[in-house]
This record gives sequence, structure tokens and C-alpha cells, in this order.
Amino acid sequence: MCPALFTKHSGHHFLTCAQQVVIHESVTMSAEVNQGTHALWFAKGMKGIFSLPAMILMASFIGFSAFALESGFTREQAVFMTFTVWALPAKMILIGSMLGGANLAACFLAVTLSSVRMMPMVASIVPDLKTSRTPTWLLLFLSHFVAITAWVFTTQNINSVPRPFRVSWFAGFAITLTLVNTLIVAVSFGIVASFPPLVAGVLFFMTPVYFVASIWASATHSVVKVAFIIGLIAGPLFAMIEPEFDIIYAGLGGGTLAYFIDRWWFRRKIQSQHGEIEP
Amino acid sequence: MIALEGWWPYLLIAVAGWLATDIWRWLGVIAGNRLKEGSEALYWVRAVATALVMAVTAKLIVFPTGTLEQTPMWLRIGAASIGFAAFLLLGQRVLVGVAVSILLLTAGLLFIGF
Repeated sequence: MCPALFTKHSGHHFLTCAQQVVIHESVTMSAEVNQGTHALWFAKGMKGIFSLPAMILMASFIGFSAFALESGFTREQAVFMTFTVWALPAKMILIGSMLGGANLAACFLAVTLSSVRMMPMVASIVPDLKTSRTPTWLLLFLSHFVAITAWVFTTQNINSVPRPFRVSWFAGFAITLTLVNTLIVAVSFGIVASFPPLVAGVLFFMTPVYFVASIWASATHSVVKVAFIIGLIAGPLFAMIEPEFDIIYAGLGGGTLAYFIDRWWFRRKIQSQHGEIEP
Repeated sequence: MIALEGWWPYLLIAVAGWLATDIWRWLGVIAGNRLKEGSEALYWVRAVATALVMAVTAKLIVFPTGTLEQTPMWLRIGAASIGFAAFLLLGQRVLVGVAVSILLLTAGLLFIGF
């Protein structure tokens, strides 16, 4: 890039290529200093615990405590499950399978099939999070704290975080969210026994309706909106047709369909519109 | 139902819950490390992730487990749909969508004497 720039403006330029590189690097370095430290961005991520999505998830985890208690689990088991599994739908399926008397292999299969989404969810935020220097072991460790809420919150806010501090910011938010909710399960386990079913039901309803609104609101690209609509319809549809692999068909098939609809229809339309505007 | 005593439930949770979900998260890191920002592959991954999340979300509303299972399906779908419509019409504020859905569900459940 540098030599091309240099020849292009060679008439007006009096800096050598090496000098430009030095200036560029010092600008980047001072920018990093001005943008803060890793500890500061970790703390800014932690502040996300007071955001609307975090509040709604906490309410849902009070509902989860009621469900786990009602299903015959102990406080220690519910706490262990919250910290290790973390994703709320996976926990619901695990509890459902264990109550249904399924053996270890059947429980494992049910949860594995329903958790395929974790892979594209993590894969889609990793390019936004990392720099060329981010170690893979750190990403593997932090991936444990990815669930739908952290994924939505990250896609919504990551662009306002300077690149070198994105991993710290994400760690601050996601680890805090997991630990606080684990604590909520531990504390609320005794209290929720006296909840009327209406309260537990309403608490559980908050998470899906929050996902519906926030994923639509955070869609910056047309492909996300197309996939949103297809997934919403295909999920319950395949649950009736093919309940064991419904999520795979709806997600993998529906997502691929959404990609092609977007590529051959919406993006072509946008491109042709841009073509007309430009002289 | 499996006995929920001793170390067995913990082993079950660790293998069938923890390992079963983290395997996908780790594969996500490995796949994501190879994805370039702005690439076609990343668009596809985003589409699949969104469709998967929405399929799970829709199932939480239409075919829920736990307490919601005993509530009428029309009420859950109606409350969620009207809430989403309100969200779209009133400037796409997430809080509006959540509040309208929750209020409608609560009102409906109280009305039918849940």
C-alpha cells in the first residue's frame, strides 16, 4: 500500500515510505493509549450487567430456579448446571431428558443436537472480537460464556469498542453475566418455591420475546432479517414434522436458504439501486 | 426418572450438558478463526446462526417446557406476535416489544384464571 501511495502523490510528497510507517505506528500506539487499558474495558464490559438484556436474563434465571426446584433438582445441582452448561435452552432440554428417564447417551444426543447453534454463533463473533495477536486458548476459554444473550449483546455493541480491547470487553460482560446468574440461582432457589405458577410462567416468557425484538433490532445486514423470518417459521414447523432433528433442519437448511435468498434477491436489488443513483 | 442423588447427576450434567454444549463452542472458535470479516462465508455463518437461534426462540414460545407448557398456545403466540407488531410500529424499541408481550400474557392468564 505504501509504495503505491508514494508514487501516486510523488509530486507533493516529501515523506519517505519509512517515515510514513513510523508516523502511522505512533498514531496507532497513541490511539491505544488514549482508548484506555484492558482493565478499563473489562470494567466497561462488566457494566453491561445493568443493561436490559442482562436484566431480562436474570429474571429468566429466577424462573429457571423455580423450574429446577419443581423438577426435583437440588440447589447444588442447579448451580452446577447453570455455571457449566450456561445456555438456558440446553439446560431445559437436559432437565427434560433427565426427567424422562433417558440414559447418558440419549441425554447427550438430545443436548448436542439442540446446541448446534453454538458453533455458528461463536464463529460469527470471533472475527469481530480478535486481533492477529489474540491467542486461540483465550478464545476457547471465553467461548464457554457465549449463549444467546451474550451473542446478541456483543453483535449490538462490539463496533463501539476499539479493536485491541474487544476481547477484554467481551470477557468483562460475558463472565460477569454467567457468574451473577449462577449466584442468582444459588440465592433464589429457596425463595422461588412459594412462587405462583403465573409468576414463573411470565418470567420464562421474557427471554424469547426479548430475543425476537432485540435480534431484529440489531440486524445490520439484510441476510439476518431474512434468516430471522425463516428460522421463526421453520422452527415450530419442523418441530411438528421431524421433532428430533427440527433445529438442524430449521437452522442449517433455513439459514442456507436465507443466505441464497439474500444473495440473489436482496443484495442484487440493493446493488442495482446503487447503480442507478451513481452517475 | 433418574435418581437425582449422589455423584451420578453431576456426571450426567458434566457430560450430557457441559461437554455437549462446549464442543460446539470450541468448534465455533476453530471455524471463526478462519473466517474473514466481510467474506461470503461469514454471511452464510451469520444466516445459519440467526436461523438456529430464531428456531430455538420460536420453539420456546410455541412448544415450551416447564410452567408455560400448561398455558394456552394461542395466548402465547398472540402475545408474542402483538408485542412484536407494537415493537415494529413504535420505533423498534426493544422494551416496547417485551413489555407489550408480557402484559398481554399476564392479562390473558389472569383472565382465564391460570
